[in-house]
Amino acid sequence: MDFDGLFSNFGELTTTGLTQGAIYALVALGYTLVYGVLRLINFAHSEVFIAGAFAAIWTWNGFGLDQNSQVSGIGSVLFYLLVAMIVAAIASAGTATVIERVAYRPLRKRNAPPLAFLITAIGASIAISEAFGIYTRRLPEGAPSLVSSKPLFHVFGVPIDAVQLLTIGAALLMMVLLDLFINRSRTGRGIRAVAQDANTAALMGVNKDRIILMVFIAGGSMAGVAGLLYDVRIQTLTYSVGFLLGLKAFTAAVLGGIGNLRGALIGGLLLGVVENYASGLFGSQWKDFAAFAVLVVLLMFRPTGLLGESLGRARA
Amino acid sequence: MRQKLARVIGGVAMVALVAGGTACSSGSDTASGGDACGSKIAFFGALTGSSAALGINENNGVKLAVDKYNKENADCKVELVSLDSQGSPDQAPGLAQKAIDDTKILGVVGPAYSGESEAAGPLFNEAGLVSITASATRPSLADQKWKTFFRAVGNDFSQGPAAGNYMKNVLKADKVYVIDDQSAYGAGLADEVKKVLGPAVVGSDKVQGEGKQTEFSGVVTKVKAANVKAIFYGGYYQEAGLIRKQLTAAGVTAPLVAGDGVNDGAYITSAGQAAAEGTILTCPCQPAAEARGTFVQEYKALNGSEPGTYSDTAYDAANIMLAGIKAGKSTREGLLEFVKGYSGEGVAASYKFTENGELDPAQVKVWAFKVTGGKVVPDQEIPKS
Repeated sequence: MDFDGLFSNFGELTTTGLTQGAIYALVALGYTLVYGVLRLINFAHSEVFIAGAFAAIWTWNGFGLDQNSQVSGIGSVLFYLLVAMIVAAIASAGTATVIERVAYRPLRKRNAPPLAFLITAIGASIAISEAFGIYTRRLPEGAPSLVSSKPLFHVFGVPIDAVQLLTIGAALLMMVLLDLFINRSRTGRGIRAVAQDANTAALMGVNKDRIILMVFIAGGSMAGVAGLLYDVRIQTLTYSVGFLLGLKAFTAAVLGGIGNLRGALIGGLLLGVVENYASGLFGSQWKDFAAFAVLVVLLMFRPTGLLGESLGRARA
Repeated sequence: MRQKLARVIGGVAMVALVAGGTACSSGSDTASGGDACGSKIAFFGALTGSSAALGINENNGVKLAVDKYNKENADCKVELVSLDSQGSPDQAPGLAQKAIDDTKILGVVGPAYSGESEAAGPLFNEAGLVSITASATRPSLADQKWKTFFRAVGNDFSQGPAAGNYMKNVLKADKVYVIDDQSAYGAGLADEVKKVLGPAVVGSDKVQGEGKQTEFSGVVTKVKAANVKAIFYGGYYQEAGLIRKQLTAAGVTAPLVAGDGVNDGAYITSAGQAAAEGTILTCPCQPAAEARGTFVQEYKALNGSEPGTYSDTAYDAANIMLAGIKAGKSTREGLLEFVKGYSGEGVAASYKFTENGELDPAQVKVWAFKVTGGKVVPDQEIPKS
């Protein structure tokens, strides 16, 4: 064990871990929203993320940008980021909608057992992932380096760069918006009502199918933004990266308490830093081991996750 | 129902037998080369997937060899069967069985990677099907006592020390960080490098290969803190590209040195041109452009692209087998004996195999390549010590 390595790089491992954790958290929101309302693990959500990530890269390609392009000027950078973000969010929300319409809604109408949902979810995930694999010939696609990763300033000797600020900032902003949407808006009240008791909500005049669709769209948009942030940070995308990232995000959701929006945020950030500390302490090959070991140990003591399940037990 | 099924299967089997019989007899009717006419040789390697670039290079080399052979022997053609393993050891046994079941296949060029060679080797050995790999460099492959295994390049034991020597003597690196992807290939190569460099290796770490890891901030932080003169990566190009990109983004300017698994243009796509610049890649092969004779022009004419890493070696491996078929070896046993006793010149090197199927050590060349201006260009041949 390399305690020296961990402590001397503690600050930097924390900041890069938080950055990766922010992406986990955004994806985790999708799992948590759908679970909160439908009691369903949407395993195809990893592909919702991938759809957004590819959409962002292809949008930049459409502007003639590839992995070797240099973009200068804050105006054009913001323009490219914003356009790609909108396209990615639409692509992801669209993919989520299609999955709900094709893989889940018909089963719901026929009162299928939970196992059937699980299999259609995994089926949809593999089918979409393979489709991207075939279309991209299983090769990596590069994104332009839009945001510089040169350190902007130092906090206690830890360099902070624009990519980290953007990723964490955007993730927090999206999270706040989603929280407001769920807790303050009329549709949000509907979502909470359906999560709490779908039948009673229907008696009160809430359109369940519409609410479910809104949930998939909201979760999808978050995944789309996560896809864009992933592209900005990693700058290379392969069709298969969704699987492990989706699994980690799902872990983050369970860690924080599935069904709980704020839990997803805490779980994601925690998972990101735990991974990095483990790779500093034991070596990078222990990264995934540590992440899942933490999950198991934590669930032993808090079976419902850090903050507990709460979308249904409304605060308002 | 069951009876009916049995009858149907029996019927199919009989038809197949008859068809097979006629195919055999029609084959032996054709003149000059006798029984060897209509035989096949197979290429075994990744043609799709994240590590397909090397496989495609090799397949195109084999294609050229077969194409030339068929032009010269128009009345006695040989067919090429390309088996796509996606580079996966899991796919290899099934695919090897497919090659074995096709009795017309007399020899296999490949498998291209070490993992799939490990999986397919025992099956080839049992079936007596000769295989010459043009790029699987894991040393232990030659220690398995497979009588059908031959290697047309040097192994990692030649490449690892050479990479170490290059860092020590050419880059004058007194502090080196070593990373590997925990694959048999990558870890083996990294261990050889560590042996040569000894105390100059100030830190090492392991990552996940096969596209499983894309985020390397943990490793990057450690490399950055170690403040090294060079970084060695044992593994394949996809992860190498990402690591290089993320190192550069974090401000690490020390050059990355890696083995032949990274020696491909796809590495530059993955890392981006700016970050890839200056990367040193070793290879127990010589630059394809250094190939003798008209190989380069002929390869371009047939495939429409420049020959890549191992295109020439695969071409040579195929030619060794084709020479056997030309000499009338029409059975797997015959061709195996022919390869075992082979000694001759190819476009990439001279070939002669040792008892356990290794290329004669005197013939092994290790070259260093450098990424310059977005291209992998030959740098220098690395001296053996």
